Amino acid sequence: MSTPATAQNDGAETNVNSIAQSIKETFTSNIRQSGIFIAFIAIIVLFAFLTDGTLLSGQNVTNIVLQYSYILVLAIGMVIVIIGGHIDLSVGSVVAFSGAVSAVVVIKGGQPWWVGVLAAIAVGLLVGAWQGFWVAFVGIPAFITTLAGMLIFRGATYLTLENISLSPFPAEYTRIGIGFQNGLFGGNGYDVFTLVVFAVAVAGYIFTQFRQRAAAVKYNQHVTAMPLFIVKLVAVAAVVMAFSWLLANDRGLPNVLIILAVLVIIYTLVTTRTVFGRHVYAIGGNLTAATLSGVKVKWVNFGIMLNMGFLAGIAGVLFGARSNGAQPAAGNMFELDAIAASFIGGAAVTGGVGRVTGAIVGGLIMATMTNGMQLLGYEQSVQNIVKGLVLLLAVAFDVYNKRRAGGR
Amino acid sequence: MANNILEMHSITKTFPGVKALEDVELRVAEGEIHAICGENGAGKSTLMKVLSGVYPYGTYDGQIVFKGEEARYHSINESEDAGVVIIHQELALVPHLTVAENIFLGNEVRNALGLIDWNEANHRATDLMHQVGLDENPTTPVGQLGVGKQQLIEIAKALSKKVSLLILDEPTAALNDSDSQHLLDLLKRLRDEQGITSIMISHKLNEIEYVADTTTIIRDGQTIETLDMSLPESTQDRIIRGMVGRELENRYPPKTGRQIGDEAFRVENWTVHHPTQPGRVVIDNAAFDVKAGEVVGIAGLMGAGRTELAMSIFGRTYGRGISGEVYKRGEKINTHTVSECIDNGIAYATEDRKRYGLNLIADIRHNISAAGLKKLTSNGWINTNEELKVAQDYRVAMNIKTPSVLQKAGNLSGGNQQKVVLSKWMYTDADVVILDEPTRGIDVGAKYEIYTIINKLAAEGKAVVIISSELPELLGTCDRIFTIAFGRVTGQMPVDEATPEALMKLMTQERTAKPAAASAGESH
Ligand SMILES: Nc1ncnc2c1ncn2[C@@H]1O[C@H](COP(=O)(O)OP(=O)(O)OP(=O)(O)O)[C@@H](O)[C@H]1O
Ligand SMILES: [Mg+2]
Repeated sequence: MSTPATAQNDGAETNVNSIAQSIKETFTSNIRQSGIFIAFIAIIVLFAFLTDGTLLSGQNVTNIVLQYSYILVLAIGMVIVIIGGHIDLSVGSVVAFSGAVSAVVVIKGGQPWWVGVLAAIAVGLLVGAWQGFWVAFVGIPAFITTLAGMLIFRGATYLTLENISLSPFPAEYTRIGIGFQNGLFGGNGYDVFTLVVFAVAVAGYIFTQFRQRAAAVKYNQHVTAMPLFIVKLVAVAAVVMAFSWLLANDRGLPNVLIILAVLVIIYTLVTTRTVFGRHVYAIGGNLTAATLSGVKVKWVNFGIMLNMGFLAGIAGVLFGARSNGAQPAAGNMFELDAIAASFIGGAAVTGGVGRVTGAIVGGLIMATMTNGMQLLGYEQSVQNIVKGLVLLLAVAFDVYNKRRAGGR
Repeated sequence: MANNILEMHSITKTFPGVKALEDVELRVAEGEIHAICGENGAGKSTLMKVLSGVYPYGTYDGQIVFKGEEARYHSINESEDAGVVIIHQELALVPHLTVAENIFLGNEVRNALGLIDWNEANHRATDLMHQVGLDENPTTPVGQLGVGKQQLIEIAKALSKKVSLLILDEPTAALNDSDSQHLLDLLKRLRDEQGITSIMISHKLNEIEYVADTTTIIRDGQTIETLDMSLPESTQDRIIRGMVGRELENRYPPKTGRQIGDEAFRVENWTVHHPTQPGRVVIDNAAFDVKAGEVVGIAGLMGAGRTELAMSIFGRTYGRGISGEVYKRGEKINTHTVSECIDNGIAYATEDRKRYGLNLIADIRHNISAAGLKKLTSNGWINTNEELKVAQDYRVAMNIKTPSVLQKAGNLSGGNQQKVVLSKWMYTDADVVILDEPTRGIDVGAKYEIYTIINKLAAEGKAVVIISSELPELLGTCDRIFTIAFGRVTGQMPVDEATPEALMKLMTQERTAKPAAASAGESH
């Protein structure tokens, strides 16, 4: 009796409009990804409102970029570690250690700034190789290896610095962390160069998006409806250009932002388009199946840890440049921020799932919240409680969705 | 008619992009064994998950009436309390826990203080095991028992929960013939002695014919018909017609176009030791060979060492203290790592696809390209467009039922997962293809497709090795069959000389017996 009626309804519904359908699909098919962007925007709006717009002032936005860049660099490495099914608890200590060696080389040794940078990166690579050796070839779980590393490299930092802080770095060195590119094309109260760089980047983004969509159509893939696709591009372009306007109105394009952007692009490609990246997902998803498909698991694990060390070395430089020196206690708890960023950004606790861009957005959510709460004058204790709750809720949301995926 | 223990009315269940069930009707009479048949992906497992509360009330449409009352289970616990117990397609026992611990897991026997009463638990476990015809020590870790016995423990666990409707999803897929027989007889006994109603999903039609009182056929998420198995017209062919919607003339495609050439692959003096028990020989001086364009079978009982033989050859992924030689076209090759094997054109599709074959949380596309990624790569960069095209080509060629190759492999039905595994290995262009139980848990229609694929591989001049516990399957597809028993190759015979009886004799040959006349060693 009721069957014909429902059948008619179905027919009518599918005919109504495919755009509504498409919007719905875009959100439901990847609820996690859209969820995190919506959450990010909500947090920005909330804090912008609470701080009477201070959050979105040019100066504050620039400060957020300068303050959290090294966490975002670490989050890139950390999400890859987590996708591979591991964890790295040592990155805070490694940041401190590489920064300390760099400071000793430059400040005590009188070497030029770039030698210090290379020294920090070399330390990061060596640490990565050391931990990679234990994880990959001896088979010690990364949790244990890096817990040991956390102690070892913190100790090594104190030894290197002989328990005292070192400062200051020469100006060339600090420029990496707090310098800007501006004034190249002049400006009237705002930096034209910054705007041009961002405009070019946005154009590049739009171009690749169109190319990808065309390829998807060619390969008969399901794509978002054209109007929605355009809306999405316009929205992204508007947000990015607004961001660049804020930067241009302050001090211009921060050097760390350039470094960060380059890393994000490289590592997005590494995770999605290279054999190494694919193998990381494969071993995190099903280790045995990966082994039986010819993945050289040991070398991939080694590569994951080596890469984390490399990025920790870079973060060490950025942190040292920003704090204009090296402190024995530097980088404390950085690992937890990086891990939280990865999980908020959608990485799975069991491995095999995650994205570099997700981790970046996760890191930005943490950064915005911390900054917003600082502006509002909340104490560190309150900030920690809120950050902890957000991490918990983000993962709970994930778990809930996974359970619901069995439903409709 | 009047006393139906279960009625499911117009059950509809959708997943994003997939309508798994549409207005399905199922009526199960009290005290019968009710079989459910259907192709891979027809929706059998989904229907049972709806029934048992895995998919809670509210996530599907339709009505379930159990023992005359409407059932709205929100979880497995609720359905178990009502007496509906499901045994899933994959075994759900904890290998390190003992038999008794497994049987009472989540349902522990407690004493007055609320502590677990192990004496009572072990005692009751022994009782329950007797009911299912097992005579094991209740303190044995489950992992030490064979799959057949584990399956019986699952049933014992169900019995401990006062089951009145027992659901078994492909219970015999991983069992050998005698274990299967035992299980089927147990179902009959439970029906006759305790009045327990069973629903059994199976792709093995001879078993259904043997055990079922009624059979419901599901195709593409819809009920096709319900057959009374006591009627003479309810034959296997009748069921097949319902399942695939047409007559299936033969179960095996003709072996046409096979040109058997020179030796392609040979293993000599292959000895393998147990990975954790030093000194225990798992494979003892085994040897076999396969020619280009030939399909060779390896027959052996469960536990004879078939999979161990294959995995120890394939990149030494099983065992320790491995010795012996592997030859490809007469030349000795290294097979120490999986990638060496792949580079040498050897492929091995595993028996346990969920655990060893697939990355269930990755999409179909990435699973298909996983072993042949080199072909899609230049300078370390993957050509993702080409990758997508490859996946889509295989989806069509292998008839993988899915709305998109971007679906997670874990969302596919068992048979379609197997097709993904096969696609993955076909894409490596291997010329020696080892298939371990390639049709386990696969419906008759899809089996036929897979045999056709095997024929195609052979016709292309590839050497194919099939490991199977189903003798008819080996007899229907192979040119030559090796037998293996207790880790030794006990003989080989061309398929036109082979009979199930002759093979079975070699497959059960004890270690002490003299090698059979047609032993492997003499053929070289
Ligand atoms: N969680 C899920 N998400 C999306 N689709 C699903 C999910 N589970 C099952 N499906 C789809 O629903 C359909 C029915 O699957 P089901 O597992 O019930 O098949 P089946 O009849 O048990 O097959 P088999 O004999 O191969 O086990 C398939 O098309 C499958 O891909
Ligand atoms: Mg199933």
